[in-house]
Amino acid sequence: MKGISKEFSGNKVLNDINFKLYPGEILGLVGENGAGKSTLMKILFGMDEIRDTGGYGGDVLIDGKKVNFASSEDAIKEGIGMVHQEFSLIPDFTVAENILLNREPEKYSVVSEIFGKRLNTLDAKEMQRRALKAIERLGVELDANKKISTLPVGYKQFTEIARELSKEDDERTADTKGIRLLVLDEPTAVLSEHEALALLKAMKMLSEAGIAIIFISHRLQEIIDVCDSIMVMRDGLIIKHVDKSEADVQKIASWMVGRSVKQDRIERHVSHVSDDVVFKVSHLRVDMPGEMVKDVSFEVKKGEIFGLGGLAGQGKIGIPNGVMGLYLAKGDVEFDGKSIKLNNPSEPLNSKIAFVSEDRRGVGLLLDESLEWNVSFGAMQVNNSFLKKIGPVKFRDNDAIRKVTEDYVELLQIRCTSTKQKARQLSGGNQQKICLAKAFALNPKLLFVSEPTRGIDVGAKALVLDALRKYNEENGTTIIMISSELEELRSICDRIAIVHDGKIAGTLDATRPSEDFGILMLGEMKEA
Amino acid sequence: MDATVLKEKSLHAVKSFGLPRLIITLFLLLLFIIAPFANVNIASGISDMLTRFGMNAVLVLAMVPMVHSGCGLNFGLPLGIISGLLGATLTLEFGYTGFSSLMMAILFATPFAIILGAGYGALLNRVKGGEMMIATYVGFSSVAFMCIMWLLLPYDNPSMVWGYAGTGLRTTISVEGAYLGVLDNFLRIQIGHFAVPTGTILFFAFLALLMWLFLRTKTGTAMTAVGSNPIFATASGVSVDRMRTLSVILSTWLGAVGIIIYEQSFGFIQLYMGPFNMAMPAVSAILLGGASVNKASIANVVIGTLLFQGILTMTPSVMNGLIQMDVSEVIRIIVSNGMILYALTRKQEATR
Repeated sequence: MKGISKEFSGNKVLNDINFKLYPGEILGLVGENGAGKSTLMKILFGMDEIRDTGGYGGDVLIDGKKVNFASSEDAIKEGIGMVHQEFSLIPDFTVAENILLNREPEKYSVVSEIFGKRLNTLDAKEMQRRALKAIERLGVELDANKKISTLPVGYKQFTEIARELSKEDDERTADTKGIRLLVLDEPTAVLSEHEALALLKAMKMLSEAGIAIIFISHRLQEIIDVCDSIMVMRDGLIIKHVDKSEADVQKIASWMVGRSVKQDRIERHVSHVSDDVVFKVSHLRVDMPGEMVKDVSFEVKKGEIFGLGGLAGQGKIGIPNGVMGLYLAKGDVEFDGKSIKLNNPSEPLNSKIAFVSEDRRGVGLLLDESLEWNVSFGAMQVNNSFLKKIGPVKFRDNDAIRKVTEDYVELLQIRCTSTKQKARQLSGGNQQKICLAKAFALNPKLLFVSEPTRGIDVGAKALVLDALRKYNEENGTTIIMISSELEELRSICDRIAIVHDGKIAGTLDATRPSEDFGILMLGEMKEA
Repeated sequence: MDATVLKEKSLHAVKSFGLPRLIITLFLLLLFIIAPFANVNIASGISDMLTRFGMNAVLVLAMVPMVHSGCGLNFGLPLGIISGLLGATLTLEFGYTGFSSLMMAILFATPFAIILGAGYGALLNRVKGGEMMIATYVGFSSVAFMCIMWLLLPYDNPSMVWGYAGTGLRTTISVEGAYLGVLDNFLRIQIGHFAVPTGTILFFAFLALLMWLFLRTKTGTAMTAVGSNPIFATASGVSVDRMRTLSVILSTWLGAVGIIIYEQSFGFIQLYMGPFNMAMPAVSAILLGGASVNKASIANVVIGTLLFQGILTMTPSVMNGLIQMDVSEVIRIIVSNGMILYALTRKQEATR
């Protein structure tokens, strides 16, 4: 790519980007949210969005020839495959059907002889074989006959990647080429460490087969492990393009944010942890697809930051969703000495328990409403705050809402044009901060935070964690944090419980070495 | 100020107002400009437009609550209209007159609207995602059911029942002597051909104000959030089904009030197939005003009703004057259905 630039309604997001990629090379692309990585990849893939917003400047060259993709189909013909940040899968189709969608192996039948190729029947056996082959190349266990909607998020990601891989087996016609360049846009963001590892292995195999890969990720260690060269972007510019031997996590992180980032344990200045048990869960069962909780019991002390870790799909995410009444749950939950009725979302909210969902866009935000609404809505409905009484009727207090939103925008350094901006227009990290602001506005006594740093960049991550720590320090709020990233939990939590197979495998002090937690996460898997 | 800045500014203005609305507005202006050449009096044209605005505005306002709660456009408006008709006929049966008859009609209609609306709402809660299609059939089937009931219900006021049988309500019943024109003539402004039905417009303004205020209360805010993202609302402790039912009841009640205001100006109660085609004009008007399937404001109601009724009153008279042929009904159908078709194709882009 040479001299690529791109503007969105006068807003320059890419500026003179130049880079080369060799066959079989794995290029790591890193940068904060909004640095322009995804836009750059969309240009490469000829997405409609780019053309609709006025095209781009510069040239894309493949094998020295200038190409200009009219659509993504052209890009696919040139052998470019892309796995997007957002899933493009059909929930009600099986894994195999999704992998081979629109490229299904076909069988001739009498009907199709008469009415033409469109009525060929699908070759189910061949589909199964090819899907399994692609899955095998990934090196994961995935049932090709399961429906997508029943899978946990990590497996959906595998399906997407398997789809790109399966293109390798497609029949080639003169103008189509086998896959030569694979773009993976944050494929590991939703994977657990174990799953991510399998993916990285698969990537290495692909690169040995001569397929070039552009790998976008926020997990820097992965980038260093797997990539041949690393490109760092910031504010639409390439800051550094180096060989992997010249880079380490610290350096990349500081290039990305333009300042040095420490990944040490965040020490708390004040600790409110008392010996009183404030929150008690016993024999909790939650029926959440892909995150089944079978029998979970634990106790959280007042003022504590309690971590729930474990691999994806083991049930840690089901716990807060069950307690908050979003999925069918059974068991006993006790908070502040009072029992909390399950399966009724207003019950925990009225007891001052707040929840920051892992599903930001689906559960956490009103995407089409202003930031003000997003921040204030929960508090308004639950605590009757931000209302003013005129006569017998209570109205929205728009001034108070604007003020509180502005306060949080400043406190959490949310990047937005105004508090009236739609939540949809913010980047992932800033959306997450809005979700936090929403929970803080509820003045909770207990705060569930589920995957708060999923898919957001290093700078925002540090800010989010710091905000949680500060909130705990200043208000003595008990926080239960759920995360797939153990190091993150260890950096902030007092104690961490590891969830495995829908049960608590063990609870350890956060200062224990990570190997101990690793044993809890994986050790039992060997037994099983 | 160079040309490009000016161009960008005007483009932005067009975009925020909406291109289709701009075209319709220009078309309406054009009609008024050529009206004198077709021997159509502009003053009476504007009066007609305002009268029809007053007649229809409340029916269009009835779309707002359901759009806000995510139930889509209220194609089941006939259900509300039927509640209104029940209220109206009961008032005549008991022989109320004057302004009190209007109030009594609304009062009688209210319990019907609440009961029917609650049932309708419960039905719509079971068909989330397909509300508008189900609503259409609710409207149609309720009209058919009431066709039977109008004959069977024991009304016996001689001014309403069929003369020869002495039972069963007539298809059209005059409201003269009851509430005909009680709002239209309140503070009426009349200068030659030019007339403004002040009372009717004030009454609409009052209801619109109430709706505007309601959408700013805690419950109104919750209703809008339910429409915007039901899962978000659930997670914030809002009962989605309750909000949706409430919005349907409100829509149905406004439909009932709307038809009574309509009769007040029109002069007749139209039973049997009368409510059948009332939903479409109301739906097209609010869409024309810039609302979408999930976003609607009071401004959308006002602008939409004015434009829609303006086109409907001006086009036929001007066209007839120019080409000496009656194409009014054809144009009416093309405009109203064309607007619905256009609006349903652009679900997401709403201007607030």
